[in-house]
Amino acid sequence: MSITYLEAIREAQFEALRENPNVFLYGQDISTFGGAFKATKNLSREFPGRVFDAPISEDAMIGMAVGAAIEGARPIVEMQFADFSSVGFNQIVNQAATLFWRTNTACPITIRLPSGGTPGSGPFHSQSMESIYAHYPGLVILAPATVEDAYWMLLESVKLDDPVIFCEHKFLYYHLKADGFGEAMPIGKARIARPGRDATIVTYSAMLHESLRAAEELRIDGYEVEVVDLRSVKPMDTDTILASVARTGRLLAVGESFPWGGVTAEVIARVSSEAFHLLDAPPMRLNSKDTPIPYHPNLWKSHRPTTANISAALRQLLRY
Amino acid sequence: MELRDDYLRALRCMILSRTLEEKLGSLYRAGGRIVGGVYLGRGQEAFSAAAGVNLRWGKDVYGPLIRDQAGRIAYGEPILDTMRTYLGAVTGPMRGRDGNIHRGQPQKGYMAMISHLGSLLSVVAGALFARRLQGRLGDCVGATSIGDGGTSTGAFHEGLNMAAVEKLPLVVSVANNQFAYSTPTSRQYACENLVDRAVGYGVKGFGVDGTDLLACMQVFRTAFDNARAGQGPQMVVGRLLRLGGHGEHDDASYVPEVKKNEHEGRDCLFVAQQQALDLGWATADEIEGWHKEARREVDKAQAQASKEPTPDPYRENWHALSTPELVEGMNE
Repeated sequence: MSITYLEAIREAQFEALRENPNVFLYGQDISTFGGAFKATKNLSREFPGRVFDAPISEDAMIGMAVGAAIEGARPIVEMQFADFSSVGFNQIVNQAATLFWRTNTACPITIRLPSGGTPGSGPFHSQSMESIYAHYPGLVILAPATVEDAYWMLLESVKLDDPVIFCEHKFLYYHLKADGFGEAMPIGKARIARPGRDATIVTYSAMLHESLRAAEELRIDGYEVEVVDLRSVKPMDTDTILASVARTGRLLAVGESFPWGGVTAEVIARVSSEAFHLLDAPPMRLNSKDTPIPYHPNLWKSHRPTTANISAALRQLLRY
Repeated sequence: MELRDDYLRALRCMILSRTLEEKLGSLYRAGGRIVGGVYLGRGQEAFSAAAGVNLRWGKDVYGPLIRDQAGRIAYGEPILDTMRTYLGAVTGPMRGRDGNIHRGQPQKGYMAMISHLGSLLSVVAGALFARRLQGRLGDCVGATSIGDGGTSTGAFHEGLNMAAVEKLPLVVSVANNQFAYSTPTSRQYACENLVDRAVGYGVKGFGVDGTDLLACMQVFRTAFDNARAGQGPQMVVGRLLRLGGHGEHDDASYVPEVKKNEHEGRDCLFVAQQQALDLGWATADEIEGWHKEARREVDKAQAQASKEPTPDPYRENWHALSTPELVEGMNE
């Protein structure tokens, strides 16, 4: 049995709907149409009255989910593209994220963000929003890089009593396949995706796969590069990162989102301030370029980190 | 229930609200005890209470806004919680984590507003949506409020449109109090009357003189009956004037004197008391008795809340998540 990353997301939603009658799905075109990416294909037929088409109103969609969650429902909201969640930003960071702290009322909502770049998608259908949302207290930010994580972490998100921003990567939807869902790993823990001793890459989501390929390239030169998959951007598993840097003494943080601040900057800041003495070289980070995301594949491929420039960065890090 | 009974209940809520808010205003001016601003509903009590008396505490969903002290009392919130929240007592519903009008008990269907106007509408709608999904909507209704300024937000538009699409039992009060902070309605909207917007949303719209308690009572009763009867969202626009500043820090010197002398500038509390006398529903002595009782209640609440503890930063757990194992330990 071969399952894609996208099918895992559909299956997780199937399972969540089956397990708990309080789960419902809300999003644009997700009912009979099955969603822009078919992540909810057939779910409206399998669970009548539980999958709802929403108007093009991201603000109201999140507000509605918060109100429903207050009443004990566990909504999963699909943003058609992560980029459009900016229209629902206020409800996410000010309504959902503050509710528990202000009122001691749980806010179990899951917001699915089809994230990241694919060739030809351009500035408004390619964004990665995890760094923006991670900045705000009161949200859990997940970014699965594997089919197994896409399935288990989404199921776990729905069970959490806190708002979850679930950043699923569109580039992985069809390409990434696995033979099954494997074992669940807890939310909040990073995973050593590839063990090594010479340098550590800390990364997440689609950049995991570019990083693994870069690590493989460097093996030919005799380097063993360790790759840490964050899985959960927030909370960030600092212990696993520090333990890896303790083994390797060198750090490269790789992310697809824009370079100013963000997840990779956070990784560097934590390691620099908590484990400066472990570092044998200045820590490095690699992100997309500081421009909107280009439309044409020639430009797009050079805008985000790739196997080639991750390898180049690693060589620079290892030469120091 | 007899309109008279509801009317008198609303009138007493208005008196209590006015008395409480006058106390809050003087505490603010005296300085010291109240941290942050004070935001009062003077001039809007009739409109707010007339909506609030249609709501049942613990049963209906209410998302009040800034100038809804009277509606909050009518809904059933104890004034002690108002005092506690303004004084930052940990015993209050917000425990010093949020203050003044940003208060509620969402678990009971009493939503706590955030400052971003219009954004509460979809939350109230969502609560009703969930209850319907869970098969326990019954005769529950939801209500929320907005001002003329708040109707300009995208959130208000999105929320009302969505609630209308879902045909939810929701009553939206629009208090057209002529000024959004200092901005007059001529800089806020270009339509002739805000109630004209109802037809665009596909909801039933009502316009009412917001200074006239009896008129407000009648209109809201119809609106709530319609909502409970499955006719979808109802929008009630009340014309009135905010008799004060945006908050107590604001002297409202931008409100032209002539405005205050117009019909909308009359004090709805005086109007309502005279109305009760004219209708023979209350005597002057009774009304005076209610004022006295309100003063006693407010003093009692102030005394109680004043001796309750304020938050201790060393006892605060600083957890923004309800799942303790997912809280990051960076600040510890």
